[in-house]
Amino acid sequence: MDLTYSTEQRRFRQEVRSWMEAHVPAEPLSSFDATREGFEAHRAWERTLSEGRWGMVTWPESYGGRGLDLIQWLIFEEEYYRSGAPLRVNQNGIFLLGPTLMEYGTPEQKARFLTAMASGDEVWAQAWSEPQAGSDLAAVKSTAVADGEEYVLKGHKIWSSRAVFADWAFGLFRTDPSSQRHKGLSLIFFPLNAPGVRVQAIPQIDGEKGFAEIFLDDVRVPAFHRLGGEGEGWSICMATAGFERGLMLRSPARFQVAARKLVELYKAHEHEVEASVRDVVMQSWMDAEAYALSIYSTASRLTAGGQIGAEASTNKIFWSEMDIALHKAALSILGARAELLRSAPAAGDIGKWLDGYFFSLAGPIYAGSNEIQRNIIAERMLGLPRS
Amino acid sequence: MDFRFTEEQMMTASVVRDLLSDLCQPADLRRLMESGEARDPNRWCKIGEIGLAAALVGEEHGGLGLRSIDFVLAAEACGYAGLPEPLVENTGVALPLLAALSHAEGVAPFFEMALTGEITVALAHSANAFVADVDSAGALIVEIEGALYLAAPNTLRLTRQPSIDPFRRLFMIDGGVDTAMKLTGRNEAAPLLAAAFERGALFTAAQLVGIAQRCVDLAVAYAKERQQFGKPIGSYQAVKHQLATAQVKIEFAKPVLYAAAAVVEQPGMYSRSRVSQAKLAAAEAADLAARTAIQVHGAMGYSWEVDVHFFLKRAIALTNWWGTPAYHRGRVAERMLSGELGPDNTFASEATYA
Ligand SMILES: Cc1cc2nc3c(=O)[nH]c(=O)nc-3n(C[C@H](O)[C@H](O)[C@H](O)COP(=O)(O)OP(=O)(O)OC[C@H]3O[C@@H](n4cnc5c(N)ncnc54)[C@H](O)[C@@H]3O)c2cc1C
Repeated sequence: MDLTYSTEQRRFRQEVRSWMEAHVPAEPLSSFDATREGFEAHRAWERTLSEGRWGMVTWPESYGGRGLDLIQWLIFEEEYYRSGAPLRVNQNGIFLLGPTLMEYGTPEQKARFLTAMASGDEVWAQAWSEPQAGSDLAAVKSTAVADGEEYVLKGHKIWSSRAVFADWAFGLFRTDPSSQRHKGLSLIFFPLNAPGVRVQAIPQIDGEKGFAEIFLDDVRVPAFHRLGGEGEGWSICMATAGFERGLMLRSPARFQVAARKLVELYKAHEHEVEASVRDVVMQSWMDAEAYALSIYSTASRLTAGGQIGAEASTNKIFWSEMDIALHKAALSILGARAELLRSAPAAGDIGKWLDGYFFSLAGPIYAGSNEIQRNIIAERMLGLPRS
Repeated sequence: MDFRFTEEQMMTASVVRDLLSDLCQPADLRRLMESGEARDPNRWCKIGEIGLAAALVGEEHGGLGLRSIDFVLAAEACGYAGLPEPLVENTGVALPLLAALSHAEGVAPFFEMALTGEITVALAHSANAFVADVDSAGALIVEIEGALYLAAPNTLRLTRQPSIDPFRRLFMIDGGVDTAMKLTGRNEAAPLLAAAFERGALFTAAQLVGIAQRCVDLAVAYAKERQQFGKPIGSYQAVKHQLATAQVKIEFAKPVLYAAAAVVEQPGMYSRSRVSQAKLAAAEAADLAARTAIQVHGAMGYSWEVDVHFFLKRAIALTNWWGTPAYHRGRVAERMLSGELGPDNTFASEATYA
C-alpha cells in the first residue's frame, strides 16, 4: 500500500488545476433542466472541455480522451469539482453509456458515437424505465421489431433525465416479442428527434423539466444502433448500472466539495447554532472522506484488473444517504431562512442548499432504489436466502 | 386523570376535517396555486361559517371561550389538508392576543371584525423572521422592541419573501410601522408575547403531526396500488417497515402534542418544555414521513404531479416556524437539567412545587 501521489500524478493535478482556473466560467451557468439556453450553455462548456481534451480523460486518445487510468480520473474529478465547474450535461453519455460502449461496442460504433459524445455534440439520455417497469426493469414492454436492416421501435419510456433537450437516447427494448423478463432484451440507440418520437417533459418536485416521458411510435433505426448482440440487453444494462451506482456517476469529489462548503457554512454561523450541529457537520465530512477512501481502494483494484462487484450497491447506498444528511445539516444551520427561495430578498447566503436537498432525496430512488440495493447486498454479498 | 378527548373536542375536529376533505383536496390546492391568490374565497367563506375564528377568545370578549386543547385536533386537520388559509394562526395565535389587548384604544373596530371573521389578524412576533399572511389580513399586531402596536396592513411597506412552499405568504416589513397605534408597553406585552409564542409553537406542532400522517397515508395508498415484480410494493418488507417506522414516530409525537395542548395555558418551564418537545417530535415525524413517502412513490415522488411535495415543503417551512429545533431543544434541556425528574413528575408543573 502506498497512499502518496506520484510526481507524475501531482504534475497532472497541477495541469488540470491550471486549465480549470483559466477556463471555468466565472458566472455559474443557468440550470440545464430549466431552459434550452441553460442546456446549450452546458453543451458549449462540454465543447470547451473537449477542446482541451478533458471531456473524458480515461478514454483512448482516438476518441478524444487521454488514455488515463482511474486514479488519474479521480484526480481530474477532484480538480473539476474543486474549480466549481458546471455539472456535466452529458453525464448519462460519458459516465454510463461511454464505458459500456467501450466494452461492448464494435470499432465502427465506437468511432461513430464516442467522439461526438466526448465533444458534447451529442448529448445522451437514458431510456430504460417505463411506467410499469421501474425497480422491476425486466418488465419492460417497449419493442424493437427487426425489419430488414432496421428496427422498428414502439413503446413508452419514462423518467428519462435531460431527455427534454438531449439529442440521443439509449433504450432497453424487447427484440424478441415472445420473450419474458430478462431474456430477449436489447440495448438500442435512437435520436430523440427521429420521426415517431415524442418527448414530453415531466416537471420535477421543483417544477423544473428535469426528466421526460418518451413515446415511440414506429421509430425506425438501423440495426447498427444496437449495442451488443440481440438478446444481450439485460447483461449490458447491468454493466452500465454498475457504473451508475458506483464509481463513475458519483465520484467522491462531488461530496467532498459539498462537505467543504458545509464546513464553511458552519464556520460562518458557528456562534448562532447549537453545539451539536458541529457533530452532524463533522459526520458528513467524515462520510465524504470515507467515501473517497473507499473509491480510491476500488479504483486501485480495478486498475490492477479487478472487477466491480457488490460495491456498486454498497456505494450507492452510502453516497445517497450521505448526501441527504449533508444537505439536512446545511438546512439546519440556515434555520428560518432554509425555506426561502434564492430569489427572496432576505435569502442572504442560503445558496443552493435547498435545491441540493431536494435532489438528494432522489438519490435513494434513481440508479436502482436503495431498497433494491439492500436486497442485492443481502442476497449476493451476504448470501442470505432470496425472499 | 383521563387522557382522552371529549366528545365535543372530537366533534370540533371532525367538522373541520370533513370540511377540508371536501374543499381542500390537492386539486383545490393546485387551483389556488395557479391563481396566485392568497385564499380560495369559497373555502375561506365555508371555514368562516363554522365560526371558529374566535374559538380561543374568552366569552367575556365575545369569543367561544375554548382552550388550546379544544383546538389542537382542528389544527392537526389543517396540517393534514395542507390548508393554505391562516385558520390556525388567526384563530390559534393572533385573536387570543388581540382579545387580551381589546381594551386598548382604537382596537375595538378591528377586534369586532376579527371576532366575526370579517378580517384576519396577522402577527409580527420577534420569534419569527418573517410575517405570514399579512397581505390578506385586516390588521397586524406588531412587536417593536418588546412593545405591541396595531397597524393596518395597507399602510405598511411589505417585501414578499418567497418560500419554497407555494402557499406560504411571507413578508418582511420595510416601513410604515411608524403610524401604527401603540397597544401596550413592554411590561404588559411580555407575558402576552410569551403566551402567543407557546400557542404558535403548539399549533405548528399540531400541523406537523397532520402533515406526517398525510404523508404516510398518501404513501400507503400508493403502496397498495403500485405493482412491481408482480406484487403490490406494499407487500415488500422494505416498504412496509419504512412506513411502519414513520407511523411509530407519529404515534409518539401525538401524546406529547396533546399533553402540551393541555398545559400550554399554564406559564412556566414545565409547560414550555412540553410544547417544545411536541414541536421537536412533530417536526421529526413530518420529516421522516415526508421523505419516506417520496421514497415509496419512487420517481413519482420526485415529480410535481404527485402531491407529496406540497407536504414536504410545508414540513420544511414549519420546522423553523415559531422556534427552530435548536431553540426548542434548549428549552427542553432547561427543564431536564433544572426541573424535577422521575415517574411521579410526568405531569408536574410549577404549581406542584409552589
Ligand atoms: C431524479 C430521477 C432521475 C431518473 N432518471 C432516469 C433516467 O434518466 N432514465 C431512466 O430510465 N430512468 C430514470 N429514473 C427512474 C429510476 O430508474 C426509477 O425511479 C427507479 O428504477 C425506481 O422505479 P420507480 O420509480 O418505478 O419506483 P418503483 O419501482 O415503483 O418503486 C417504488 C418503491 O417501491 C420499492 N420497491 C419496489 N420493488 C421492491 C422490492 N422488490 N423490494 C423492496 N422494495 C421495492 C422501491 O424501492 C421504491 O421505494 C430516474 C428517477 C429519478 C427519481
